[in-house]
Parts: sequence; C-alpha cells; structure tokens
Amino acid sequence: MGQTDMIAGLRQDILRMQGQRLVTGPSAGKVALGPVLEAFPGKIFPTGTVHECISATPSAAAAASGFIASILGSLMQNGGSCVWISPERIIFPPGLKSFGIEADRVLFIHLKKEKDICWAMEAALQVEGLAGVVGELSNLDFAVSRRLQLAVEKSGVTGFVVRHQPRRLHPTACVSRWQITSQASYHPDGIPGVGFPCWEVELQKIRGGKPGSWELVWMDGCFQELSRASVISSQAIFRKIG
Amino acid sequence: MQRFMSIWFPHLLAEGMIRRRKELSNTAFVLAAPDHGRMRITAASIAAQARGIYPGMAVADGRALAVGLQVLDHEPGMDQKLLTALGHWCIRYTPVVATDLPDGLLLDVSGCAHLWGGEEKYAADIQNRLKGLGYTTRIAIAGMVGAAWALARYGKEPVVLTPSGEERLFLMSLPPVALRLEATIIERLQKLGLYTIGHFMNMDRSILRRRFGVGLLERMDQALGWKEEPLTALQPVEPYQERLPCLEPIMTRSGIEIALQQLLKILCERLIKEGKGLRKAVFKAYRIDSEVQQIEIGTHLPSQQPAHLFKLFELKIDHIEPALGIELFILEAPSVEKARSSQKTLWHNGTLNDSRLAELLDQLTGKLGKGIVHRYLPAEHFWPERSVKEAQELQEQPATAWRNDRPRPVRLLSVPEPVEVAAPIPDYPPMHFRHRGILHTIKKADGPERIEREWWIDQGQYRDYYVVEDEKGERFWLFRLGHYTGGKPHRWFLHGFFA
Repeated sequence: MGQTDMIAGLRQDILRMQGQRLVTGPSAGKVALGPVLEAFPGKIFPTGTVHECISATPSAAAAASGFIASILGSLMQNGGSCVWISPERIIFPPGLKSFGIEADRVLFIHLKKEKDICWAMEAALQVEGLAGVVGELSNLDFAVSRRLQLAVEKSGVTGFVVRHQPRRLHPTACVSRWQITSQASYHPDGIPGVGFPCWEVELQKIRGGKPGSWELVWMDGCFQELSRASVISSQAIFRKIG
Repeated sequence: MQRFMSIWFPHLLAEGMIRRRKELSNTAFVLAAPDHGRMRITAASIAAQARGIYPGMAVADGRALAVGLQVLDHEPGMDQKLLTALGHWCIRYTPVVATDLPDGLLLDVSGCAHLWGGEEKYAADIQNRLKGLGYTTRIAIAGMVGAAWALARYGKEPVVLTPSGEERLFLMSLPPVALRLEATIIERLQKLGLYTIGHFMNMDRSILRRRFGVGLLERMDQALGWKEEPLTALQPVEPYQERLPCLEPIMTRSGIEIALQQLLKILCERLIKEGKGLRKAVFKAYRIDSEVQQIEIGTHLPSQQPAHLFKLFELKIDHIEPALGIELFILEAPSVEKARSSQKTLWHNGTLNDSRLAELLDQLTGKLGKGIVHRYLPAEHFWPERSVKEAQELQEQPATAWRNDRPRPVRLLSVPEPVEVAAPIPDYPPMHFRHRGILHTIKKADGPERIEREWWIDQGQYRDYYVVEDEKGERFWLFRLGHYTGGKPHRWFLHGFFA
C-alpha cells in the first residue's frame, strides 16, 4: 500500500469519526454541482449532513433558496418529498419548478418562533427517507447545530439551514457554510434581457475539503461554471464598442 | 337480556340548592315561582316538609305553618341542568344515560353490574356515592324502563332489584300513578275503585281501551315489557370506544400513561382487525369529584400504531389535572377511516404516502398547533396570488402540472411592496427603482407580461409584470398597476425575488 493510499484511508477514518459518512448508496453523486464537487471529500456532495447557508439581503435569500432548491431538486428525483420550514409564507411554489422541484411534494411549515423552528427541524431530520429538510432561521447556536447533526447521523437526511442576516457567525457543527450572491445573468448567445441565473457560490467552510469560490450558472437543469471564454468574449465586445 | 335502572331524586331541587349554598342545610326553605298571581311552592327542603309544607302549596300558607320560612326564587330549567350534570357523572357506571324530567335519571345498565360484583353492590355503590354528593335517591333495576320507573318511585324499599320476568308481580301492588298516566285517567280509575295496578291488569284490553283510551294500554305495555321504550342517551355512544375503570383513583402521570397505553393497545388491536385507522382520538379522564378532563389528538393519515398515538398524546398529558384522583379512563375514536395496508409503504420510501412522514406531521401539529403545515397544488389562475391553492389532504394529487413556461420568482411577497420608479417611455421597463431606501439601477429587463385581474372574482386594475436585474445582479419581479396614463404618476410594486 502506497503512502497516498494510507493517507486517503486515514482521512476517511477522520471523516467517519466526525460523524460524516462518505455516501456510497444510490443517492451518491446525484447532486451535480459541476466544479464545486472538487472541494468535497471524495468529490461527492455530502448528503446526510447539515449545511449552513448565509444570506444578508432579501435577494441574497432568494439566491440561497434557488441554490438549495436546485440541490433538493436532484435529491427528490426518485419521488421523495421534503420539508421546508420558514417563519412566514414566502417561497412561491410555482417558482420551484424551474429548479426541478414538483412543489406539491414539498411540505411547507410556517412557525413564528425560532425555537419552534429548531424543534420542528430536529424532528423532521429524524424521519428516515425524507429527501431534505430546509429551515430558515437567523440564529443558530452550537448546541442546536450539534443536535441537528446528531439527528441526521442516524437518519441520513440532508439538512439545510438558511440563516438570514445572522447576528453573529459562531462556529457550528454544520458540515459546510455557504454564501450565495447573485451575479449578472448570463445568456450563451448574448440575447438581451434577463438570462439564466448566475451566482457566486462561496464555500467558506467545508469539513475535510477545500473551501473555494465559483461562479456558476444554472442552465438547462444543471450547474455549469461560467466559462471564461464567454466572459472574455463579452469583454471583447465592450472593447470594440469602447 | 336488557336491564334498566331508574334513579329517583325525591328532593332534587332542594338538595341541589343546598349543594350550591351550604348554609341552607338543615333549614326550612322553599323554592317558589309566581303562578296565577300568587307565589306557589315548587320545592321544599326536608326540614320544611317535616313541618307539613309540600310543593304545590301557596307560599302564604307555608309561612303560616313555619315561622321564618326562607323563600327562594325558583330558577326555571334548574332541574334540567342538575339532571344533565348528574347524568354525565353517571357515565362512569354505564355509557347510556338519559335524563328523565322532572326528577329522575334512566340508565341502561345491561352488562355493567357484574363489573361491580352484582346488581346489589352496583346499586348500593351508586346510591352511596350520590349520597356523598348530597342527594337522597331511590333506585330500582328492572328489565323494562317503565317497571324500573314505577318501582323507584312507588317501591317499598329505597333499592328495588327485580329479577327479569317477575316485574309483573312487583307491579301488581303499586298504585296506577306508577304507570306514568295522565291525571284525568288516574282520577277516573280512582272513581271506579281501581286502586292498584293489579285491579285492572288482567281486564279485557278492549274494555280498557274504550274506557280509558290508548294511553293507558301503552303505558301498561311499556311497564310489562310488551313494548320497547328507547332511551335518548345524553352522550351518544361512540362506536369506537374503550373504557378502563380503576380500582383505586389514579393521581400520577405514570398511572395515566399506563392506562392510556392499555386503552390504545386494545383499541388499535380492534382497528387492525377491522382494517381501519383513526384520524382523531379523545382521551377522557373522569375524576372522583365529578369533573371530566380530556385531551384530543388528530392524525394526518389513518393510524393504528399504539406507539405513535401514544407519542402524540404524551405531549398533552400535562393538561390532565388529576386533583384527588381519576377513577375512569375512556378512549374514543370519533373519526375512523379505512387504513391502507402497511405493506404498501415499502414502495413509497420517503414519499407523501410514507406513514413516517404522516407521523412527523402529527407530532408537529400536536405540539405546535394546527394550521402550520401547508401543501400547495397548482391552481389554474394566472393571477400570482391565486395560482396556488392549499391541498386539503396529504394524498391529494395535483389536477394539472406545474408550469414553468413563464418566469416566476422563487420568493414572493405576500403583499406587494410599493416602490418608487423612474420609467422612460410607456410600456418600457423602469430605469431604476428605490425599495426600502436602496436605489437599484436596472441593467437588464424582460417584459411586460400583462396579467389581467379575473373580473369574475374581483374588480380592479391589471398588472404589467417586468423581470428586472440590477447592477449587482439581483433579480426582481416588478409590476405597474393599471394602464399607462400620460402625466399621472403610476403605481409600481415589487412583488418577488428571483434566484
């Protein structure tokens, strides 16, 4: 056994001890995040864990919702359902269709108090077989995130915590921390008008992986990195005009 | 074999009054109501009756007989109220209890008495307990309602137990009043010297009918069991109900939990056998101080899992206040539906048909209140607020597919927020807009998409929607309300956020 194999084996052991399983089941590799997959341990999107997503403005919250919806869409492909817990009715079900979600399979739960949201989220994460659970809350302390993590370790459900305007960013037990910001939309042929949504996906923290930042475009039901070539060509056009 | 019990309260109103106002006990008082211009006594206490005051007397006569007689107002409907309360209290002895105005209760005690070790002990227990509450009673058990009624009021003993089939013998010596007859018939019988039921019981029916009318024959048949007399139960008996009487009053949480688990086990076994599941369950605890405590749960899918149902009840057990102790537990399932076989769920892992998901929803609504879980289906409306409708059932399937041929935001404000906008030319997207004090300069825009207001639902102006993107790449859904009108300012709104 070579040294590299040994190190890879030890890395896996560490991940397991941290409560993260490398998914090898049928859901493995279903989430196609394009270039972002390079950042994850084993190059597979870690399902069965809790992810954290930070948003500061209402439009950043929309970007985060879209990003999570696209991941959920691929997790729900085999007819699974998911639970979306938020303080008020804000998600517009018809808007989820473009991210591959049949909105009638989403259960929306509206709760006013953050404490109730945490409780409901923990209860939902314990239900084996759910495709995913999304909770929108602004503050998440370490103890709560630990409880959520323990719940998913048993059930294998993927959880997302969307934190809108968090007061403080403590370390949490979540496997990752994302920040999604909207970018100018993109159209491959340069047609005027609003094109395919683009985001700057910033992976600030990932357990056992490499954080990074990518510019992604959601096009034809999958993520693609905003190709350098198109950016250069559009710059060229500007130059020509200038 | 049917057995009926009649309980007679000879001093119902007076004793009810004493129960309400303790200082009245052992005093001579009467209840009186105005009747034909004077006050007539409607009920008298035992102390007053000892002095020769009886209901029906004028108050003035009563005052003459007893100095310092207290006269209280007769409250109309008080007998009904007292009897209903006593009837509910009696449900611990039998599920079918009916009030018998003006001063009695009728109980269907078929198959109940053996639980107390025989009719004798059963009747004695009821009488003692009612005495503890302050009521004097006379009780009779017979195979017919009419016979029980007669023997309770006109029997020789305070408790009369008649073996089925021998009511006839017992009735023979009673006066005709015991048959619940009209006053005119009784008077006529008396005039003819028929002082006991035995005197005319064996007479030819055609003669009796000719002389006294059908009423007498009917009452006789009822007393002898030739004619059915249905009881109207105070509380309709639930078809899915289990009872658990306790030997000793239960006061602890663990005791209540054990009782609940036992009842759930019995009820669920029955439901499984019948292939059904419950959607709603009520757990009632009858306290020894005649209070009833109850907790209720509901489920999203018909359930027959005792463990799951117990988990739902467990969140609410705190609401039961045992006080001095609980002597009877009742578990009812008012809403029962056909359960889908549990094998099916193997093929629906994680879908909406999964019973585990339904169990989660039950848990959430049980703890955090109803109306928090929403599921939306597409509705055939273009108007954004009406384009989704709430699903009534977890199983309800969308009638039409979700559409994505038009751009729709992922987050929609429930109430559109007004924005200040600068738009250059009619039907052009705005150049920039200000929302909550922040200026957004628009770089890209699509639109307009005109959505007409559905005039058959509500009146108002249509909306022209624009998808716009600002300099930072944030995408919004704006609309202008109504037509473009020259110089007048237009109203613009922000309605949603695109991802």
